[in-house]
Amino acid sequence: MAMALETQFHVLAVDDSLIDRMLIERLLKTSSFNVTTVDSATKALKFLGLVEDELRNFESSVASEIHQDVVDVNLIITDYCMPGMTGYDLLRKIKESKSLKNIPVVIMSSENVPSRINRCLEEGAEEFFLKPVQQADVNKLKPHLMKSKSKEENEESLKNKRKDMEEIYSPNKTRLRCSS
Amino acid sequence: MYGLSQLQRQLAEFTSSLFDEGFLDDQFNELQQLQDESNPEFVVEVVTLFFEDAERVLNELANTLALDNIDFKRVDAHVHQLKGSSSSIGAQRVQKVCIAFRNYCEEQNVEGCLKTLQEIKQECSLMKSKFETLFKMEQQVFACRRLG
Repeated sequence: MAMALETQFHVLAVDDSLIDRMLIERLLKTSSFNVTTVDSATKALKFLGLVEDELRNFESSVASEIHQDVVDVNLIITDYCMPGMTGYDLLRKIKESKSLKNIPVVIMSSENVPSRINRCLEEGAEEFFLKPVQQADVNKLKPHLMKSKSKEENEESLKNKRKDMEEIYSPNKTRLRCSS
Repeated sequence: MYGLSQLQRQLAEFTSSLFDEGFLDDQFNELQQLQDESNPEFVVEVVTLFFEDAERVLNELANTLALDNIDFKRVDAHVHQLKGSSSSIGAQRVQKVCIAFRNYCEEQNVEGCLKTLQEIKQECSLMKSKFETLFKMEQQVFACRRLG
């Protein structure tokens, strides 16, 4: 019997403008997303647990995994122009992070600068929205989330398949295994 | 005392005029679409916030431009912010004056900046009173509907 599960995606929205945060939050909630808003890239990194990793000063995959369980963010949408760390810097940090690089990132900007747009897309941003962001833009997000979700699921099932195959076909291993 | 249909027509005509005269652009429609039963005051909230923010920014601008050594980068940052928020609520005329301001800023033209600052203040004031009228009319329609 198939159960229809309502997948609630969690979006982290980053913008230093209060009005724009209100807007993006409403837009996202109207599309049934769970939304967390922060007003700076630094706070975004903290929320994502990345600051913890940096403080430890080494690629601690264990620490990242712990954070991944606690904070499950499916998409990050960020303003480009922010005081301190820009949206572009944030994008780079996310893409450089082992634990976070697969989270789709979308950049928003009030300025239509082709070189800026290209830079962001080359750095791995999925989309670049011109402000003011509208419903039509937000409607473009779900495919990116579904793609991430199915990519995740494919990797999981591939991993499990491999494990099963190893157990059946490995000649040197004994049938009975002790669970550690 | 106006009947419901008259109030509605008055509201529709006034709203139309705001678009025709360039006070509002399509973004305001987007804003209204985001308002529903779960967020019945959304537009009023955002607009109120805009004017609070605008007042703060305009004061900052006046102060920054009054200094002997004007930090044009700082001035530009403030106007950029105001341009952004006015664009986000669909306040087209305010947005346009902000763009003009930024040009003077780029040229480091103090006189131009001061003149345009006054224009922005006027446009904000005008926009605010237009919104007040709009919201009042909406309230009247709403009240009339409830009674009828």
